Amino acid sequence: MSQKIERDHQRFRKIVRGKVKSDLGKYISRGEMIGKKGRDFVSIPVPTIELPQFRYGQKGSGGVGQGEGDPGQPLTQPQGEDEGGAGDQPGGHILEVDLTLEELAEILGEELALPRIEPKGKKNIITTKDKYTGIRQSGPESLRHFKRTYKRAMKRQIASGTYNPADPIVVPIREDKQYRSWKEVPKPDSVACIMYMMDVSGSMTDEQKEIVRIESFWIDTWLKRHYKGIENVYIIHDAAAHEVDEHTFYHTRESGGTKISTAYELANKIIDKRYSPTEWNIYAFHFSDGDNWGDDSPHCIQFLQDTLLPKLNLFGYGQVESPYGSGEFYEYITELLEKKDNVVASRIPDREAIIGSIKEFLSTGK
Amino acid sequence: MTFPYDTRLPPDLAALKVEIEAHARQFGLDFYETIFEVVDADDLNEIASYGGFPTRYPHWSFGMQYEELKKGYEYGLSKIYEMVINNDPCYAYLMRCNHTVDQKLVMAHVYGHCDFFKNNAYFAHTSRKMMDDMANHGVRIRHYAEKYGEDAVEAFLDRCMSIDDLIDMHSTAIKRHDESKRFDFKEPVPEEGDKLTRFQSKDYMSEYINPPEALKAEEEELKKKQQAIERSFPEQPERDVLLFLIEYAPLKAWQRDVLSIVRGEAYYFAPQGQTKVLNEGWASFWHSTIMTERALEPWECIDYADHHSGTMAMSRGRVNPYKLGIELLRDIERRWNTGQFGKEWEECDDLDKKRSWNLNLGLGRKKIFEVRKIHNDVTFIDTFLTPEFCQEHKLFSFAHNEQQNNYVIESREFQKVKQRLLFSLTNHGRPFIYVIDGNYKNRGELLLRHEYNGIELRMDRAVDTLANVQALWTRPVHLQTIVDNKPVLVSHDGTSATQNNIGEADDPRKNASPATK
Repeated sequence: MSQKIERDHQRFRKIVRGKVKSDLGKYISRGEMIGKKGRDFVSIPVPTIELPQFRYGQKGSGGVGQGEGDPGQPLTQPQGEDEGGAGDQPGGHILEVDLTLEELAEILGEELALPRIEPKGKKNIITTKDKYTGIRQSGPESLRHFKRTYKRAMKRQIASGTYNPADPIVVPIREDKQYRSWKEVPKPDSVACIMYMMDVSGSMTDEQKEIVRIESFWIDTWLKRHYKGIENVYIIHDAAAHEVDEHTFYHTRESGGTKISTAYELANKIIDKRYSPTEWNIYAFHFSDGDNWGDDSPHCIQFLQDTLLPKLNLFGYGQVESPYGSGEFYEYITELLEKKDNVVASRIPDREAIIGSIKEFLSTGK
Repeated sequence: MTFPYDTRLPPDLAALKVEIEAHARQFGLDFYETIFEVVDADDLNEIASYGGFPTRYPHWSFGMQYEELKKGYEYGLSKIYEMVINNDPCYAYLMRCNHTVDQKLVMAHVYGHCDFFKNNAYFAHTSRKMMDDMANHGVRIRHYAEKYGEDAVEAFLDRCMSIDDLIDMHSTAIKRHDESKRFDFKEPVPEEGDKLTRFQSKDYMSEYINPPEALKAEEEELKKKQQAIERSFPEQPERDVLLFLIEYAPLKAWQRDVLSIVRGEAYYFAPQGQTKVLNEGWASFWHSTIMTERALEPWECIDYADHHSGTMAMSRGRVNPYKLGIELLRDIERRWNTGQFGKEWEECDDLDKKRSWNLNLGLGRKKIFEVRKIHNDVTFIDTFLTPEFCQEHKLFSFAHNEQQNNYVIESREFQKVKQRLLFSLTNHGRPFIYVIDGNYKNRGELLLRHEYNGIELRMDRAVDTLANVQALWTRPVHLQTIVDNKPVLVSHDGTSATQNNIGEADDPRKNASPATK
């Protein structure tokens, strides 16, 4: 049964999230309850909106309490100070609960009005798999559950007094026999692979990498919501490209030149080897400051158009702004935008631009 | 009244109800018929969010309440034991999954509340059909939301709720002025003092004894006075700011109705705030008496003791109204049983004699029934809190320390403790705000005054609240108050707020308290 309070509750959630009525925004306070989950203390966020009312200030206020203590002794910890010295208090590690990644993705989707992704082609077909989950009284002998059958037989024999511990012969009869039974479990086969490519040449600073990291976190979160299995591939490149793990991806700094095509070629090779486009939904995102070597750019575009793009659900190009990069690669990519509908490109000059860029990347619904 | 839940009492609880109700009646409790509803935790949280009612008008604040209760319950931090609403018949709620001993305890507690609702003087004026009234309020406000837009109605409700505590709590008992002044077209009857001073004289002496110039001057004076009275309204400072706004603010019909709904509900709930300590103390007194003397089975003792003491636990920073109430009532019963009251007792300074003082009067029960009839929290504590009680229960007062920015223990002196306690209970521990002038500066502006009593307002919130009053009044509004020990006038004209120091003459501290006028 749906409750009447549900409407008021939804309304409250919307106000807290800032979806409606900004004038209550300043009265929202993020309170918390400290609860316990297993052995950990967890903080349960409890947002409240306190409408303004005529109230007394702190100055000169007070009250009545009960217990031991002398005049002058403080009741509460002074605010703001003394944070380091907590000893036996349940401080230390308090985990935030209540916002799972899934909810986060939901909020993201709501905020940016992102469309649901339709996994493409036959990869959407749901296959079923048999799973042995239960027991039943009849079935083929090949599925007979040996242990259960003999246990039952033994129980019956003990109960009826025909069991002799000195001569422990147990003979199951028809009624003792137990068989495995199965259930058909649907297994969505839509799996996806996200390939992140990043330019790590000398012109990319830490700030730019941070932007890439934030952006890729949100892309991950959103895509994970739509696929059962996700695999990530990280490729860094300067004048040559390498596949690396996540940590290396964000923490490498090379000094060489830049040859973007190497990254695309490597991505193509990995797809051919491990992620057949007939089985995988493949997403590729490339972040760079737009600097490229000599006449490599036309070659990149050609390669994308002929080889890589047909294999991908979506290709996203994000251009961060570095003090050194010329940013000319963006111009080449924009040529592709008109020809192919699975290409998106956006500029991310600073952190402020991340949200807009995520929206551009993910609002294609592919 | 139909409930969307299956709330029928299962047979075992129905039998319990008969048993506990009989005990309660035998002890002399007097209550309306009480209907127990059995609900699940989630439904109980919903009802509690609506202040005990199955349905209210739509507003996000109930949703906020719900989220807090729900999270608290889900993480095992809080649990609602008992909920009962002042209505005829009384409705009370039992949580389906509670143990039998808890159900008994709750029932016994509820009968205490029901008796209190019916008999305490401060509840005398409350609507006993509030269940229906609340549902009607919901229908009306939903109707307005449909007609004028949900956002408009909600925004207006937000403003109303921001000032819903500006009511005159005692107006139900005192008639301060005639009902509606707005449509009163009767000619004012001139009072004795308003007549011109005309001395008796013979005709030929008349011009000499009553010189026309003097008469004329006096007449002018009177006219001016009359005009001043006519121009300034209300005649006396008005505590019921909501009523003043309903009567005089240029509101639309639906807005006036919404504001009077909010005001009506505020008056309905006010006595529960005024009698929190006494009401909870009374209910706890009776659940403890009924359980320990009659209803408790031997095997339930430990669970009962555990839950009872859980409810009575005191924390350092706060007084638990359940505990304070029940202990004070027990103290009164003991004192009136042994005769430890009155002139003789007060004047006796032989400690030894006092210790063994027992006149075997047996008046205790009668006395506490009288207390529950005529007292509210403030009078209850003012009359019955004793230095011995403070000492025995280790009460202390605490105060805010500005340098350390925290609360420190202030004193264990009886007078100080009592004063702090009474202060926190007076007007729900909120500041007093009066309407002084509805035609301030003869420009139709509204002047409010904060009756300063030692504690200044929290200014950021006060300014925002003033903005909400302004939105209802539509002309600029002003508030006289004290900031940093100086009298100031805070004004809001609808777009921005200003704060000006004002002269001594307007100092709210200097002016006589309007309540005593």
